Amino acid sequence: MESLIRISAIVFKELRQLSRDRLTFGMVVMLPLIQLLLFGYAINNNVRNIPVGVVDLAQSSTSRLIIDTVRATQVVDLRESYLGLQQAEDAITRGDVRAVLVLPKDLEERWSGKERNRPLGQWLIDASDNVVTSALLALRDLPLAMRTGMPASQAIPNFEVTLYFNPERRTPVNIVPGLLAVILTMTMILFTATAIVREKERGNLELLITTPVRSLELMLGKIVPYIFIGVVQTSIILGLGHLVFAVPINGPMLHILGATLMFIAASLTFGLIISTIAKTQLQAMQMTVFVLLPSILLSGFLFPYEGMPRPAQLIAETLPATHFMRMIRGVVLRDARLDDLSTDAWFLCSFTVVGLIAATLKFHKSLD
Amino acid sequence: MSTLAIEARGLTRRFGRFTAVDHLDLDIPRGVIYGFLGPNGSGKSTSIRLLTGLLTPNEGTVSILGLQLPQQAEELRRRIGYMTQKFSLYGDLSVIENLDFVGRIYGMPRSLARARVEDRLERYGLTRHRKQLADTLSGGQKQRLALAAATLHEPELLFLDEPTSAVDPENRRDFWEKLFDLCDAGTTILVSTHYMDEAERCHYLAILESGRKRADGTPQQLMHAMGATVVEVLGPNLRVVRKQLLELEGIRSVAQLGEQLRVLVDDKIAEPIAWLREHPSLDLRQYELNVVRPSLEDVFVTSTSKSDAGPR
Repeated sequence: MESLIRISAIVFKELRQLSRDRLTFGMVVMLPLIQLLLFGYAINNNVRNIPVGVVDLAQSSTSRLIIDTVRATQVVDLRESYLGLQQAEDAITRGDVRAVLVLPKDLEERWSGKERNRPLGQWLIDASDNVVTSALLALRDLPLAMRTGMPASQAIPNFEVTLYFNPERRTPVNIVPGLLAVILTMTMILFTATAIVREKERGNLELLITTPVRSLELMLGKIVPYIFIGVVQTSIILGLGHLVFAVPINGPMLHILGATLMFIAASLTFGLIISTIAKTQLQAMQMTVFVLLPSILLSGFLFPYEGMPRPAQLIAETLPATHFMRMIRGVVLRDARLDDLSTDAWFLCSFTVVGLIAATLKFHKSLD
Repeated sequence: MSTLAIEARGLTRRFGRFTAVDHLDLDIPRGVIYGFLGPNGSGKSTSIRLLTGLLTPNEGTVSILGLQLPQQAEELRRRIGYMTQKFSLYGDLSVIENLDFVGRIYGMPRSLARARVEDRLERYGLTRHRKQLADTLSGGQKQRLALAAATLHEPELLFLDEPTSAVDPENRRDFWEKLFDLCDAGTTILVSTHYMDEAERCHYLAILESGRKRADGTPQQLMHAMGATVVEVLGPNLRVVRKQLLELEGIRSVAQLGEQLRVLVDDKIAEPIAWLREHPSLDLRQYELNVVRPSLEDVFVTSTSKSDAGPR
């Protein structure tokens, strides 16, 4: 009986303290609410509107018919048209489109002439994302009912398919570079998010702010050590991925390093912003989780960006992880260069600069 | 160059509806040890934070070492030192690493920093503990380390917020010797405390209560200007006598110290012993009554009990 009284004393004390910590209390409600709504809508394996391009060498009424049919499936969004193969492959490398439909010059011959035993055309597919690849592979046997003279029994598919970058469609090839983005998000944001809060909690900050150290100096000094930690983590993940899971490292090291450094800087800045808002280390950790979950689920790590509804995509665009996910897969798997990925690179750099300024302004050197 | 280290006029700071510091005026000359004496919550720490530029006042003006706050706060930081109430160096760094860090934060050249660190280790008896983590130091050692860090850049003005609250009496004496050494070398020191023995060592004192300055001057002046006579009462049943005394008009405070009562009688009563003996509601025949020298605690009690009517 006495034991029950003691337990209830602790229970009530705990609840009382919880209700005083507004942020934690908010998180208890907001975390399931927002995340559930977000991911309920966002997570979708039925991919639609995959950006693809077309190289129409035939330029005939038949080629236009085929293009219209493909477009009608709504699986793809035929947004680009290229003049030649080289142009099309470059677009895939840059990540502008996930696939290109090539319709050859002798399309008419293949459609109804003497070449009709050969496939009509070819899909060039960026196979670095398996879900997207599966959706595109379904188009191989796109029924073209009006195709004349084709014996029904003939087992020749309508289109030939070439899988770029991950022809065996092995999962690690897609997951390992993505994992790099997730792990860096987790550790980098958490480290810096707790860094200044820890000094606040332990009272070190009261001493620091009476010294001549400037806010920006403090922020930069807090970030730099973690950059090295981030680089070490990157080496471990990509090194192991390459050695154990045979993930190809197609891009040049310098560009991998460049992309990673940009992302590390952006993530650390994100952590700093959290750290100027949070009052306790617990709050900082909760806010990190709040950023981490969408970084895993919306960034394209587990579910393709193309499959998400527009609002979810807009949220994803604000997360550094989404941009790094594109960059690192591009550089590591498709041998893309940083200048091919300049939009994402610019986003990360601007995020860092704006974030650093915001954190510096938010962090006053006073106790007001 | 102004001869005052600190000059404040009408300094006021509110937190919501609570006024922590209420129209404080200060004129603190250079080269002295100036004490803020007051109970917990009297605004000592807030005043120090206002004077160091850590907090912005709601009203009033402050000039420290001839610099205006808050406009010249950054410039001032190089010339003042601040020792926080709570130990604020890094517990997971060693003594020498902490001092090294502080030296670099103040932008000292390597050789100068090294020489100063060695000097402080020597001066504050930390040479043997140089490699020890700060968290494992004793209360007194931590205090000396904090003082070493606060004086590493040789500030002209040093703020100490309850510096010896976690230190035993012997270490406290020791610590004060160091403060007098610093003062002798020209440093102005402002120290807050709620210990009488500590306050008594200051050249000048300001007694704070509820954010207001109740009295100021040298400890001697304060004792003379107390406005009350101290009467010691010896005898049995002191708890009962104390209650009776507190009922009387003209009694400022009654405190029991072992086998005697320390009674503060208002100055308006010219002959306190006769007055007490002849008072109709008292029977002090079997008691011994003596007028004694006031202590600083008596000063403190009289100056802080003027405002609120509640019994002390």
